[in-house]
Amino acid sequence: MVNLEWVSTPAGPCLVAAISGELDLQTAPLLRTQIEGAWSQHPEARQLILDLSGVTFVDSSGLGAVLGRYRQCVLRGGRMALVGLQPNVRRLFELSGVLRIMEAYNSLDEALPLPREGGGRA
Amino acid sequence: MSGATDGTHPRLQENHFVLEFPSLPANVAFSRYAVAAFASQLDQFTLVDIEDIRIAVSELVSNVVIHAYPDGPGPVRVEGRLREGCLEITVSDQGRGIANVEQALEPTFTTLPGERMGLGLTFARQLMDEMTVTSVPGEGTVVHLVKRPSAAPVQPPAVSS
Ligand SMILES: Nc1ncnc2c1ncn2[C@@H]1O[C@H](COP(=O)(O)OP(=O)(O)OP(=O)(O)O)[C@@H](O)[C@H]1O
Ligand SMILES: [Mg+2]
Repeated sequence: MVNLEWVSTPAGPCLVAAISGELDLQTAPLLRTQIEGAWSQHPEARQLILDLSGVTFVDSSGLGAVLGRYRQCVLRGGRMALVGLQPNVRRLFELSGVLRIMEAYNSLDEALPLPREGGGRA
Repeated sequence: MSGATDGTHPRLQENHFVLEFPSLPANVAFSRYAVAAFASQLDQFTLVDIEDIRIAVSELVSNVVIHAYPDGPGPVRVEGRLREGCLEITVSDQGRGIANVEQALEPTFTTLPGERMGLGLTFARQLMDEMTVTSVPGEGTVVHLVKRPSAAPVQPPAVSS
């Protein structure tokens, strides 16, 4: 469901969280607890990449969990990027407007290392 | 799709179901699978239509789990009906009810700020063709949805010989 990996980048450690399955009321809390657990191992980390390429369904509970991680990242003075939104998942992200504030990339390579300047690409 | 010559019905006329289950988080996925499978009986629905239905049901049943019965599971009823080429869904609970329905329907309005976005009812309304919310505080809430196939012709196509 949530696979966590630390990647070292010029800007410091980056947490890559690969999520798979359906992100709803039942599964969204995992996203929060797992990522919070990982952050506590590297309190100095400032970058988070959510790889959603394995996510097949999302609803407002899933979106809320993703937005919650984004807010946490911003509070830490860090940044978050999304990777690999499947078309149906992307559609709901677009409907909600969160893609106007979050960076989204097609692949992990594009997202890593997170660029300092400029917005996200589709 | 099926022919009338082999004794099967030439097209799906009408069908319905009733599901009742406790408002457990695990039943959110169960209910959206069930309704999506039922909706798939109507050939005219596209994959995007079915996804819309899946999301709407997920939102409404999640709302029952979170908002209608905040203190523990209570009964949820989901009814579906295929009639006249469209799908009707009713999700009802006997929970806390909504004090101000108009306000609840506003995008980003939520009584549980934090990780809730206040978007569930907005998504359901946008993705379905019709949505009616009826609620009595202390008695419960009924949400009625209608979905028509997005590519449906206004008139059934004439049969050419
Ligand atoms: N079945 C219900 N019973 C009681 N209150 C409800 C019910 N459904 C919705 N509500 C009320 O309507 C509000 C708006 O619902 P909506 O689904 O749009 O947002 P949310 O559930 O708060 O957040 P999100 O859906 O984004 O996770 C809720 O915060 C809640 O107060
Ligand atoms: Mg909701």
